[in-house]
Amino acid sequence: MYLTNEEERTLDGEFGETLRKATEILVALGDIYGADQLIPIQSAQIAGVSYKTIGDAGLEWISDLTGTVKVPAILNPAGMDLERWQDMGISETFARKQLEVIQAYKDLGVRPMCTCTPYYLEGFSVQYGHHLAWSESSAVSYANSVIGARTNREGGPSALAAALVGKTANYGYHLDENRQPTVSVSVECELSGSDYGALGYLVGKDVGNRVPLFNMNARPAPDDLKSLGAAMAASGAVALYHVEGITPEIQRMDAEQPDETIVIEKGQIDEVYTNILGEDGDAGTDIAALGCPHASATELETIADRLANRTITKQLWVCTSREVAERHPDLVRRIEESGAMVLCDTCMVVSPATEQYQSMIVNSGKAFAYLPGMCHVAAQMGDVDECIRKVCAPDED
Amino acid sequence: MNVSERCVLLMRINCRRIAGGEAQGRILLSKDPISFLGNVDPDTGIIVDPQHAIYGECIKDMILVFPHGKGSTVGSYVIYQLSKNRVGPSAMINIESEPIVAVGAIISSIPLVDELEFDPFEVFHNGDLVRVDGTAGMVEVLTPSNSTREHD
Repeated sequence: MYLTNEEERTLDGEFGETLRKATEILVALGDIYGADQLIPIQSAQIAGVSYKTIGDAGLEWISDLTGTVKVPAILNPAGMDLERWQDMGISETFARKQLEVIQAYKDLGVRPMCTCTPYYLEGFSVQYGHHLAWSESSAVSYANSVIGARTNREGGPSALAAALVGKTANYGYHLDENRQPTVSVSVECELSGSDYGALGYLVGKDVGNRVPLFNMNARPAPDDLKSLGAAMAASGAVALYHVEGITPEIQRMDAEQPDETIVIEKGQIDEVYTNILGEDGDAGTDIAALGCPHASATELETIADRLANRTITKQLWVCTSREVAERHPDLVRRIEESGAMVLCDTCMVVSPATEQYQSMIVNSGKAFAYLPGMCHVAAQMGDVDECIRKVCAPDED
Repeated sequence: MNVSERCVLLMRINCRRIAGGEAQGRILLSKDPISFLGNVDPDTGIIVDPQHAIYGECIKDMILVFPHGKGSTVGSYVIYQLSKNRVGPSAMINIESEPIVAVGAIISSIPLVDELEFDPFEVFHNGDLVRVDGTAGMVEVLTPSNSTREHD
């Protein structure tokens, strides 16, 4: 791998231990994947934030670093709403550790914005062709596929290293040749809302880490594509996909039609909604959670509309980024009038608060795939209306 | 006894450097890949997965040889935790390194090399004394294990 004079000197420790190690991480990954050089990035989104995931080991590592990030950098969702963690049933011990993790990142110049939807944030604009170092799998999928930017799925330390150096190694999805579709997916049936998550859940299991090219009759909106990509990244390892006539890059590239075609029928999608993953006991659903990935303003509005004149008798979480919530206080108020909670900075998958429940219904293919294994809670999928119905007073049905 | 004073160089093997630094110690071979999150107890350095090829072995201060890492990326932090708890390996040798172990080794300052010019599972035996130079990309085989083991 070619290194500039300055990169060599950084690697020799001339600019301190933190930058030396950060560069060593980038170079090692570049060597492993056959990168030719380091390339500048526009922004970083860093995983390894929830204290539930990284523990004392991760906290210690981040705290031991010094210096300041060179590009705009934000964080993945944390293990709790950073302000109203008590309402979630989070212990004081966990909260203290979680806030220490956030502080350690802040000390490095990282914005303490914890979200899997960085592309909604002001001042974090992502454009076609931009090179990024993002971590969260659904954000990576959205950036690559819906926006046409370029990022690999970075691990926590490598995204932080990239933010500190302002560069990443040039391999994988940064290169044209790895962005070609490698499998076709044909979907003729009509799709709406959570169907895209169910579709992604099915396709991800089938295609692994390949690059699917969808041919569909439905016309997905950006929120639909967000659900589709998030689910494929969770049940499989899809970091980039194309939709014929919809996503930007397939319309500009000279694409070859893949040899293999997968056909998904309406019946398969309907079946996803009938499955319960994990052991839910006899109690049935005790919580519904929406906003995986973090809800957009449009999604908050839909949820607020559906919750009008309804009373939540069990529990309903709506997860979003703090910035989107703060831009739309009226929507937050309308949602919370029903008894639902709008949670920021966190989600049902990364928060230990989920473990208090037995059985969760979600409208997200991603949450559906992760909940049983990561949170020891049974999971079921439904559309927004079904999720709300399961946790509302029965006389309102 | 201090083995470093008595050792004799027997063989020098070229390899690819992944994480810099030098370390000397005894070989522990694991034919199974290692998921540091789950397979290893971060407080003791003992392999705790009963299904694992080196179940019950302690990796503390060993030159740990395994094909590659696997499992959660949190494994990188577990390597850091092992190192902070002083129960981590002295160095690691892979057939083919992947990002979890590579990043873990770098943040923990544990030398790591891969792509040896000979198959490490053929040339090394448990207990062999070696020196890993992760900066130069080299493994040196020192006095064979049987000549020093009697002093252990």
